[in-house]
Amino acid sequence: MGTKIDHAAAGTANYLDERTSIGGFVKFFARKIFPDHWSFMLGEVALYSFVVLLISGVFLTAYFVPSMTPVTYDGSFASMRGVEMSEAFRSTLQTSFDIPGGLLLRQIHHWAALLFTASILVHMARIFFTGAFRKPREINWLVGFTLMIMSLAAGFTGYSLPDDVLSGNGLRIIDGILKSIPIIGAYISFWLFGGEFPGEILIPRMFTAHILIVPGLILGLIALHLFLVFLHKHTQYPGGGRTHKNVVGLPLFPVYTAKAGGFFFVVFGVIAFMAAFFTINPVWNYGPYDPSPVSAGTQPDWYILFIDGALRLMPGELFGIPSEWFVGGYTISWNLLVPGVIMPALLFGFMALYPWFEAWATGDRGEKHVLDRPRNAPVRTGIGVGVITFYLVMVLESMNDIMAMLFQLSLNDITLSLRVAIFVAPVVAFMVTKRLCLGLQRKDRELVLHGNETGRIVRHENGEYIEVHKPLDEQARWIRVSYDDIAPSVVAPQFNDRGVQRKGHKWDKFKHLLSRFYYEDRVSPVTPAELEDAKHHH
Amino acid sequence: MSQSDQRQGKAEPESFEDPGLPYHRPRLADKDPKAAKRAERQVAAMFGISILGTIIALWAYFGLDQSATDTASIMQMNTAIGIGVMLGLFGIGFGAIHWAKTLMRDHDMVEERHELRSSDEARAGAIQNLKDGVEDSGIGATPEGVGRRGLLKGSLITAVLLAPLALLVPQIGNMGGNWDVNALRHTMWKKGTRLARDPEGTLIKASDVTIGSAFHVIPEGLNELEHGKLEEKAKAIVLMVRLDPRDLNLQPGREDWSFDGIIAFSKVCTHVGCPVALYEQQTHHLLCPCHQSTFDVANGAKVIFGPARRPLPQLPIAVDDEGYIIAQSDFDEPVGPSYWDRLKTPGSSPSAEAVGN
Repeated sequence: MGTKIDHAAAGTANYLDERTSIGGFVKFFARKIFPDHWSFMLGEVALYSFVVLLISGVFLTAYFVPSMTPVTYDGSFASMRGVEMSEAFRSTLQTSFDIPGGLLLRQIHHWAALLFTASILVHMARIFFTGAFRKPREINWLVGFTLMIMSLAAGFTGYSLPDDVLSGNGLRIIDGILKSIPIIGAYISFWLFGGEFPGEILIPRMFTAHILIVPGLILGLIALHLFLVFLHKHTQYPGGGRTHKNVVGLPLFPVYTAKAGGFFFVVFGVIAFMAAFFTINPVWNYGPYDPSPVSAGTQPDWYILFIDGALRLMPGELFGIPSEWFVGGYTISWNLLVPGVIMPALLFGFMALYPWFEAWATGDRGEKHVLDRPRNAPVRTGIGVGVITFYLVMVLESMNDIMAMLFQLSLNDITLSLRVAIFVAPVVAFMVTKRLCLGLQRKDRELVLHGNETGRIVRHENGEYIEVHKPLDEQARWIRVSYDDIAPSVVAPQFNDRGVQRKGHKWDKFKHLLSRFYYEDRVSPVTPAELEDAKHHH
Repeated sequence: MSQSDQRQGKAEPESFEDPGLPYHRPRLADKDPKAAKRAERQVAAMFGISILGTIIALWAYFGLDQSATDTASIMQMNTAIGIGVMLGLFGIGFGAIHWAKTLMRDHDMVEERHELRSSDEARAGAIQNLKDGVEDSGIGATPEGVGRRGLLKGSLITAVLLAPLALLVPQIGNMGGNWDVNALRHTMWKKGTRLARDPEGTLIKASDVTIGSAFHVIPEGLNELEHGKLEEKAKAIVLMVRLDPRDLNLQPGREDWSFDGIIAFSKVCTHVGCPVALYEQQTHHLLCPCHQSTFDVANGAKVIFGPARRPLPQLPIAVDDEGYIIAQSDFDEPVGPSYWDRLKTPGSSPSAEAVGN
C-alpha cells in the first residue's frame, strides 16, 4: 500500500518536474528558514482575513444585486414590507432573512473586513517600531503602505454597497469633501455619482471597484509583498547567534506549513465566532437610504473614524478667523479641505516616506536584518507613538457624542478640549515616549553592569552589608548590548581651502539637523571595559 | 586604553562577542515517549472536534426550520451554523499548531543571507546587454557621441503619452452624466409650492404648527416624482419650527420670510451635507448629528458651534388663502456644502453674496 502511494507520488512529481522544473523551486522553498515571534503573525492575520474576505465575498455576490433601481419591499422581513428601497438594499435584506446562513456570510464578511484593516495597521506599527522598514525593505514598506490604503478603499466601497441610511450618509459626507476641492470639486462629485448626489449609478460603479478593481490590486500587491519577503528573507529579533548576515529559525516545511496553515484556520475560526455571536451592521434596523432621516450617534466603520473625527474637530471659525474664505467670489472651504484632504495627505505622505527620513538621519547604507528593540530607537519610537496619539485624538473626537452621553459630559467641552489635544498630545506623547525609551536603555545598562538584585543580604567580616547581585547570563546580556550606537553626523566644512562653497552643503546640513534630532540624546550600550570596571567597584 | 584595563593587564575588546545560539531546551515530548503519545492523541482529538463542528453546521442547516423568517429564528440559524463553522475551523487550526509545537522540530536552524546587490560581474553584464540593445535599436549615440534618431524617440514618447486620451476622454466624459453643476443651485421649491410632511407628503396648515413644534418638510409633489426623487429630496428637505414670535430675531431683509413665528430652514448642513435633524426646543438650537454643527434657529440659523461656517439657507414662506403654508420662492443660495464657484455663476443673487460674507 505504502509503496504504491510512494510510486504514484514519485510518478506525479516526475511528470510535473519534467514540464516545469518544479524540483528546483521545491528545493529552494521547502526548507527555507523563518524566525519565530508572535509579532510576525500580525501580517498573517491580515493575509488570512483577506482570504476569508475573498471566500465570503464570492458567495455574497451570488445574492447581492448592485442596483439603485427603486423597488417596493415585499419580502419576509415584516417591518420593512411596503417600504420603497433600492434593489441593493432589498437584496441585502433577502440575503439576511431568506437565505439560510446568508446572514452568517454577511457577518463573516464584515467582521473579516474590520479585522483586515485593523491587522494591517497593527502589522504596520510592528514594522515601524522594530525598524523592519530599513534597507533593503523600503520598497516593501511602500507596497505594504499601498495595501493599507487599498484596504481602506475596499472597506469603504463595501460598506456603502447595502445602500442603507448610515452608509448613504457616509457617501454624502464623501460628496461634501469632494465638492470642497478647489476648482474641480463639484465636477469630481458629478463624475463619481454620474450626476447629482445620490444618482442611480454609484452602487454599480462601487460594486465593480469593490469586487474587481480593488481586490485585484490587493491580490497583485500581496503577491509582490510576499515575493519581496521571500527575496529579503525575514527579519529577526536580536539574540545570540542572530546577525545581519544570517536568519535563525525553523523550516517552512513542515513547521511553518503547520503553524501558519493552522493559524489560517484559527483566524477564520475567530471571524466565524464573531459572526456567530455578534451582530454587525444590522441594516434592517437602519432602513434604506433616504436623504432626510439620520439619528444621533452615527459612526462609520472604525477605520474611517479618524477622518470623521477630524471633520468634527475643525472649527468653522477660530478666534474670529473664518475657516471658509471667499476670494474673488470663489469659495475655499478650509473646514473641509484641512480635515478631509490636507490632513490625510500629510499623514499618509509622512507614513509612506518615513523610511527615507530615517535613512537621511542615520546615513547608514548597510542592510539591516536584525530588528531594533523599540527602546533602542527612542526618537523613532517617540515619533510612532506621537503619530498614533494624533490618530487616536481624532478617533476619540469621532465618538464625542457617544462619550458625552456615556460620561454625562458636555459635547462642546469634549470638542474644545480635543481641539487643544490634537496639537499638544502628540508632542507630549513624543517627549514622554522618548524619555521612557532612554530610561529603559539606562535600566538595561544597569542590569548589564550590576546584574539582578537577588534580595540576599550578606554581611562581611568587617561588618559591611551588601546585597548580592546576580550577573546576567551571556544571552540576556547580548540582547542588551548588541544594538547600534549611532552618533549624530558631522558636517564637512562649508568652504574648502580656497573659500569656495562645497557642493551639496545645504543638503548635508539638513541631514545633520535631522541626525541631531534623532541621535543627540542617546544611551550607549555597555562596553566590556565598563563591565570589567563595574566589577571592581564592589 | 582605560585605567581599569591597565589594572587588569589585558585589553578588553571594543564590544561584546556574540555568544551564539542559546542552548536548546528539549520539550517534554522530546524526552518522554509517553508525553509524545499524549500530544499525538491531543492533536487527533482536536481534529475530531473539527469533524464534529462540520456535522453541527450541516445539522443546523438541514435540521432547523429554514422557512422561519422572524428575527429570532434567523439569529438562531446564524449562531448554530456559525458555531459549527467555528469548531470546524478551530479544530484543524489548533490541532495543526499543537502538532507543530509539541512534535515537530523546534531546534533552530541557521541559513546564511546573501547581499541583495548583484555581483559586479552581473551588473556589468546587464549594462552591456542594455547597451547592445540600444545599439540594435538604433536610438543610442553613435561611437562619435552624436545622438541618433531623436525624432523617433520624441515622436514615440509623444504618441504613447497621447494615445490614452483617445480612450479616456470620451469615457471619463461620459461618467459625469450631464455635468450640469448648476443643478446644485436650484431645488424643487418655487413660488407657491406647498410644504408637506416628510415622508407622508401630507400638507401642513399654519394652524397645525403649534409653538415649540418642529416639522420635517418636503415640497408637495416630491413623492410623486417618477425620476430623480432622491436627488431632489437630497436638496429640498426643510426643517420648519414655530417659535414664540418674541423669541424670533428676524434677519435684515428677511422680515417677511417667516409667518407669525413659523420659520423654515434647509435641513442640509452647510458643512458636508448631512441632514440637520435634531431640534432642541428649549434653546432653539438645530444640531447636525454627523459632526455637531449647531445652528441657532432664533438668529437666522447662524452657526454657534462646530465645523460649519455658514448659516443654513432660509426658505421664505407664507400662508395661502386656504391656510396652507407655501414657499415664496426657492432658496436664494445653493443649499448644502460649499464648492468652488457656488457664489459665482449666473443667477446667484446679491443677497447670497451678502450671506456668504
